Amino acid sequence: MATITYREALNQALQEEMERDESVFLMGEEVAEYDGAYKVTKGLLDEFGDRRVVDSPISELGFAGLGVGAAMVGLRPVIEFMTFNFAFLALDQVINSAAKMYYMSGGQIPVPMVFRGPTGAALQLAAQHSHACDTYYAHAPGLKLVRPATPADAKGLLKASIRDEDPVVFMEGEMLYNLKGEVPDPEDGDFVIPLGVADLKREGDDVSIITHGSTVHLALQAAKKLEKDGIEADVLDLRSLRPLDVDAILETVRKTNRAVYLEEGWPYVGIGSQIVATIQEEAFDHLDAPVLRVCQADVPMPYAKNLEQKAKPSVDLLIDACNRVLYRS
Amino acid sequence: MAETQTKKSKKDKAGTKSSNAGKEESLEGFSKEELHSFLREMLLYRRFEEKAEEAYAIGKIGGFCHLHIGQEAVALGFIGPLREDDYVFTSYRDHTQGLAKGLKSGPVMAELYGREGGVSGGKGGSMHIFGAELGFMGGHGIVGGQIPLAAGVGWAIRYRGEDRVCLCYLGDAAVNQGAFHEALNMSAVWKLPVIYVVENNEYGMGTHFERVSALPVVDRALGTGVPAHSVDGQDLIATWKLMDELVGKVRSGEGPQYVDARTYRFKGHSMSDPVHGVYRTKDEVEEKKKSDDPIIVLRDRLFDADLLTEEELNAMDADVMEEVDEAAEFAENSPFPAEEELYTHTYAEINEHGRLFFDRRDR
Amino acid sequence: MATKVHMEALSPTMEEGQVVKWLKSEGDKVASGDVLAEIETDKATMELVARGEGILQKILLEEGGTAAVGALIGVIGEDGEDLSDFVAEEEEDDAPSAEAESAETEASAEPAPDEDAEESAEEREAPRAERDGRVKASPLARRLAEEEGLDLSSIEGSGPGGRVVKRDVEKAVDEGVTPAPSPTTAPDSEEDYVDVSLSQMRKTIAKRLVESIGPIPHFFLTVDVDMSRTVQARARINKQLEKDGFKVSFNDIVLKATAMALRKHPECNAHWLGDAVRQFNRVHLAVAVAIEDGLITPVVRDADRKGLVEISTEVRELAGRAREKKLKPEEYSGGTFSVSNLGMFGVEDFTAVINPPEAGILAVGALEERAVVKDGEVVVEPRMKITMSCDHRVIDGALGAQFLQTLTGILEEPLAALI
Repeated sequence: MATITYREALNQALQEEMERDESVFLMGEEVAEYDGAYKVTKGLLDEFGDRRVVDSPISELGFAGLGVGAAMVGLRPVIEFMTFNFAFLALDQVINSAAKMYYMSGGQIPVPMVFRGPTGAALQLAAQHSHACDTYYAHAPGLKLVRPATPADAKGLLKASIRDEDPVVFMEGEMLYNLKGEVPDPEDGDFVIPLGVADLKREGDDVSIITHGSTVHLALQAAKKLEKDGIEADVLDLRSLRPLDVDAILETVRKTNRAVYLEEGWPYVGIGSQIVATIQEEAFDHLDAPVLRVCQADVPMPYAKNLEQKAKPSVDLLIDACNRVLYRS
Repeated sequence: MAETQTKKSKKDKAGTKSSNAGKEESLEGFSKEELHSFLREMLLYRRFEEKAEEAYAIGKIGGFCHLHIGQEAVALGFIGPLREDDYVFTSYRDHTQGLAKGLKSGPVMAELYGREGGVSGGKGGSMHIFGAELGFMGGHGIVGGQIPLAAGVGWAIRYRGEDRVCLCYLGDAAVNQGAFHEALNMSAVWKLPVIYVVENNEYGMGTHFERVSALPVVDRALGTGVPAHSVDGQDLIATWKLMDELVGKVRSGEGPQYVDARTYRFKGHSMSDPVHGVYRTKDEVEEKKKSDDPIIVLRDRLFDADLLTEEELNAMDADVMEEVDEAAEFAENSPFPAEEELYTHTYAEINEHGRLFFDRRDR
Repeated sequence: MATKVHMEALSPTMEEGQVVKWLKSEGDKVASGDVLAEIETDKATMELVARGEGILQKILLEEGGTAAVGALIGVIGEDGEDLSDFVAEEEEDDAPSAEAESAETEASAEPAPDEDAEESAEEREAPRAERDGRVKASPLARRLAEEEGLDLSSIEGSGPGGRVVKRDVEKAVDEGVTPAPSPTTAPDSEEDYVDVSLSQMRKTIAKRLVESIGPIPHFFLTVDVDMSRTVQARARINKQLEKDGFKVSFNDIVLKATAMALRKHPECNAHWLGDAVRQFNRVHLAVAVAIEDGLITPVVRDADRKGLVEISTEVRELAGRAREKKLKPEEYSGGTFSVSNLGMFGVEDFTAVINPPEAGILAVGALEERAVVKDGEVVVEPRMKITMSCDHRVIDGALGAQFLQTLTGILEEPLAALI
């Protein structure tokens, strides 16, 4: 085990997969000579050359579609969006081409590829650069959606995503790149985490905090505070939103009988909406309280520091929600 | 109807036929045999689309159905010169390109009928004809959506160091999409082996191209650095020859090419749109049908060169009609897809863990 | 401005009422406080009074018709006022107003002592069971209650809006459950009772007994009382009263004696509250009275402090009005202990069912001459059997027996009561 950053973990995954499989190539804005806007692709150009590590023009729609086309004939592109904020232009290709190709061709043309990049709010980047985009991609059948929260998950899940036969949207946390954590050493063998397996990041019997992505850390902070108050929280990190580990969700809800969904995105038709629906459909008789959600304020992200703070989901909001489902407030 | 026109013309020419016997058996470097196969092929496209029109009218085919009638030479003229392992992309007006790339008329018709025997098992329909094994990479439903995909296939060809070529059809209206400019730019930058062919039938649905573009179609690739060409897309021989030349360039690594293929659609934008109306007059359509029908153009050249007799043409047409009838029969006899197929082909890999579908128990 | 006439909650437990008679007709002038209609509740026939003045414009529920508490049954308006929209609008939001009404009613009831004192008043006051009988409960609580065989409506909900949640069911299981205690009138004052918190042993006893039989673990104690002295005493008393044309009944004497005995045994003069036992310092005897279509228990308040004549007069008066269904709610609620007498029907002995939250009830049989063995000889005496039903969570066997011993002593030696 080595302690490395989330960024380094992603870099390792890319490096290992490119080395393992000649059909994997990397394309995106600034990924080659600049080493990546967030330095995730550092050193890869030197190692693999400009055939496999390619700086694209600022044409999200174009290079996303190019990736889909290349995948249609068997390559395994990793398309990097500098952030998913810029990928709205590419949504047509992601949804209409990547997600639907296999189906509308009657199973003739699979699209094995990864769209990756950061999403969610950073610090004072204002409305267009602070946006958790999960829900747009989670919505479409044909796509898979992965959200790692730790360096180990980032590595293991990116490797699994690259190997998957379907288009995978792999969303990283913009604020997580410097996060350090233990990751198995490359010498210790191929470290792959299968998609669709949630991870219980903390165990407790009183309340389930279910979340994904960057907010996993916020959930852990809140759980620590609740502990001082005698409340033990389960913190379930879904890690992949499609496939979704429904069994793990039901298990924690059946144990604690109360749940709060925490996410960076907006509440309306957010990821939490689906999770709540699933819980009430399949664990109704285990609920002792309505499932609550803690989300970003239902407004575009403001710039002003105090407003931004208020708009983001917070430890306090989460604790409050936990108390409410525990009938403690 | 094109059919009536064709028959009339045949009669007009009938008297002059026999006297030309004994002339040289080729035209512009194409043998009589080749020329006959061209004519037969285009007749097949025409009869196929007429059959589809008929089937649509009686409710055998649903949804959107965009016919290629009038544009047959563009299908054959660009796909004909390709190798079997080359790739073709097109938009939703895609039946005849599929046939041109080698798909059988029965499975294509069955796809239109939404049947199990369709090329995509009935899941794609008229707008999504696919033949992956033949390099027919599909009919795509979003205007311009296929252009970056074709660039991607071009990328893969280059990546693998192959000498294949990717042909990408697009409608004239698609040159106004961002995807067009982004894809052509990348193709030029990376010298991708892609030939972009604009089927310039003058109208994007009901809007004439000149009303929405300051420059003619051929000039729209100017800013990308992709060499542009223009051709009479109703003239099969001219089209074929140009494509043959471009394929050679692309295969030898010269990078992408762009063609403005001037053609004309004899039918409405789709089966649910009028043939003429506020956007174009009946006279305009009738005039084009008379003077600019690619099948008539080729037929007359063959008649003039004494390479075709009326009997041969009739036999050819009867043969084609029989094939089309068989295609319709194949479609008719093919069952609807099994209901279990609803969920198949959504994912190529059903992961071992987790849930991918959120409603299956309900169905 | 128009005034709505709602079906009001005229008894603490009333969920719906029937219009027996409209005393005003459409078009009649009414003043605030005028009696508009007679309403039959689950317990009695009550008067519904006007809450505003004007003309009784509309009667929306005909005589004989039944409506839920809170439902609009009439409208009082100005002369000529168009009320059609008003009525339509009211019908639309009828349900919430009905809830509000029943919430108020519930709020006036004495809530059980609540550990979760920090809960908002709004939450505490919310109804446990809504008008339609629906109990607000979390899905989990519902399932747990079903598994435990508990009636949700008997469980006090501590969640928002009175929602029964997991912890409430668990508490009910731990403590043993009783059908919803429905104490009906406010306590007179705090000195009137002492709440004795439950010991662990008491909790365990309660739980085990509930598991054993039904929501209330009944047991029964029967005594056979020698009524010779009481018969003599009654004869003397009635002789004295003869000039007033008044007679006391044996039942009156039994009531008086019971009240006196309860005074000495406050452990039996108690309510089961689920999380506590409330022992009353005052004795309010509920007396079962058969009425036309059922049973009602008018309450003789402070029966221990009242004289025999006073008790007798009061019982007669209450029973009379009970038969006419004219009792006011406060007259048939708030009992601390009950007495049921079927002696007049010749019933020798029987067992009565406890009226929760009370902890005991006496079943009084017929007074009759019976042969008994006394000091080795067979003698004939006036005897009466009394059977006490006890809630075992409150009254253990010995306690009940001691109470009956006191009661028997009074009845067998009435003079002793004077000591």
